[in-house]
Amino acid sequence: MEVAIVKYNAGNLFSVVHALNRLGINPVITDDIEQLSKADRILFPGQGHAATTMAYLRQHQLDKVICNLKQPVLGICVGQQLMCRHSEEGDVDCLGIFDVDVKRFQPVCHEDKVPHMGWNQLKDLKSPLFSNLNEDSFVYFVHSYYVPTCEWTTATTDYIHPFSAALHRDNFFATQFHPEKSGKVGEQIIQNFLEISI
Amino acid sequence: MLAKRIIPCLDVKNGQTVKGTNFVDLRQAGDPVELGRAYSLMGADELVFLDITASHEGRKTFTEMVTRVAAAINIPFTVGGGINELGDVDRMLNAGADKVSINSAAIRRPELINEISSRFGAQVCVCAIDAKCTEEGWHCYLNGGRIDTGKDLFEWAREAADRGAGEILFTSMNHDGVKTGYANEALARLAEELTIPVIASGGAGAKEHFRDAFLIGKADAALAASVFHFGEIGIPELKQYLKEEGINIRL
Repeated sequence: MEVAIVKYNAGNLFSVVHALNRLGINPVITDDIEQLSKADRILFPGQGHAATTMAYLRQHQLDKVICNLKQPVLGICVGQQLMCRHSEEGDVDCLGIFDVDVKRFQPVCHEDKVPHMGWNQLKDLKSPLFSNLNEDSFVYFVHSYYVPTCEWTTATTDYIHPFSAALHRDNFFATQFHPEKSGKVGEQIIQNFLEISI
Repeated sequence: MLAKRIIPCLDVKNGQTVKGTNFVDLRQAGDPVELGRAYSLMGADELVFLDITASHEGRKTFTEMVTRVAAAINIPFTVGGGINELGDVDRMLNAGADKVSINSAAIRRPELINEISSRFGAQVCVCAIDAKCTEEGWHCYLNGGRIDTGKDLFEWAREAADRGAGEILFTSMNHDGVKTGYANEALARLAEELTIPVIASGGAGAKEHFRDAFLIGKADAALAASVFHFGEIGIPELKQYLKEEGINIRL
C-alpha cells in the first residue's frame, strides 16, 4: 500500500512517519500533485499556526489538490482544523471540507488550562476509524483551538465543553488528537484508517 | 476528563540510563530506548529523558538516542539537560522530541522561554525549577542545587508562565531522594497561582504520595525515577490504585 504524507510548513511530520513505520508502512512525504493523487492513503498531519500553514497551502496550490482527493484522507490536529471552513487562529478561511468554524477555547474556571494538553477520552464513537475501540478510550491532545460538535462529528471529547475529537465526510477523516502519540489506541486508529474502505 | 499523568524520568549518561533497574525481562536494562518502551507499554503517560552528560561527544550520543526513542515509542516525551539556546531546541525537536525542558539556561536568560514559546509553541516549553525551602522561603537553585539564585520559586514560576512556558516541572530539593512524599503545600500554591500545568517532582516513595500530589498538591502530573527504576512501584498497580482513589487516570 502506498501512503503519502502531505509536505507543507507544519511541524512534527516525522512522528507520523515513525508511527507508520511501526505498522510496517514506509510513507512518502511529498507536495507533488501526481504522487499525492496516486497514493492509496493520504495523511495530512501537523502542528502549526492555521493562518501561516493555510497561506503556504494556497501558495503551493495544495489547497485545491487536497480538496479534490478521492482516496481516504486523514487530517490530524491542525490538519483537522485546516479542513474546516474558517479558523479563529489568524482569522483565516480554510479548506472548507467540513462546513464548520474552528474556535479558540475560552476558559470558564481556573482549572481550564489552554492549551488542552494531555490524555482525554473519546465518546459517542461512530466511524470505522474507531473499529475495535471502546467508548472512553484515552488519546493524546495538544491544542488551543477546537472544532465544535457538528453533523460530521464522529467522536466527541469533553474539555470545558464537548467538542469534535474526530470528523468524517465522504473520503475525508480527521482527528483533533494525535493518534501517532496515543499509544496502542492510536496505533489501532491508524491501522483502521489503513484498512478503511469507502 | 483530562487524565492526571504519571511520568517516569530517565537520567542518561553517554547513551545509557544511570540509575539501575530491576527489570529482569529487559534484554538491555541500561538502554534508555528499551527502558522507555517498556515504561510506555506499562502505561506511562509521558517520558522524560535527562541528559546528564557534560561532554560534547555525550551530546551527540544523546541526540542519536532521542532519534531512536522517537522511532520506538508511541507516547509523548520530553528531553532536558544541556538545552541552552534555540538551536538546541530545534535539534531536539528535529530528532523527534515532543517537548524540551529548560532549567539553568532559563534562569540565566529568561528570554529563552519567550523565544522557544513563540517559535515552537508554548506546549513545547517545559520550565524545570529546582527549589529548596529555606528560612527565607522557597528559593530556586542552579547546577543541581549548588548555587542559590535568591529567586523566589513562586515569582519565578509566574514569570516563566507569563513568558510563555507551557508547563512547570517543580522539583523540591528538600523532598528529592527522601521518599516521604512530594512538596504538596508548595505544589498547591503553584497550582493556585498559575494557569499552566504543574508537574510534581521529588519525593515519591509510595503509591499514596502520588495520590497526595494530585489531591492535596493539585498537580497535573507526577514525575518519579527511582521508585520505577528499582521496581518498588509498578506503573500498572500504581495507576489502578489511583483510579480506585477516585483520580482520573488513563488505564
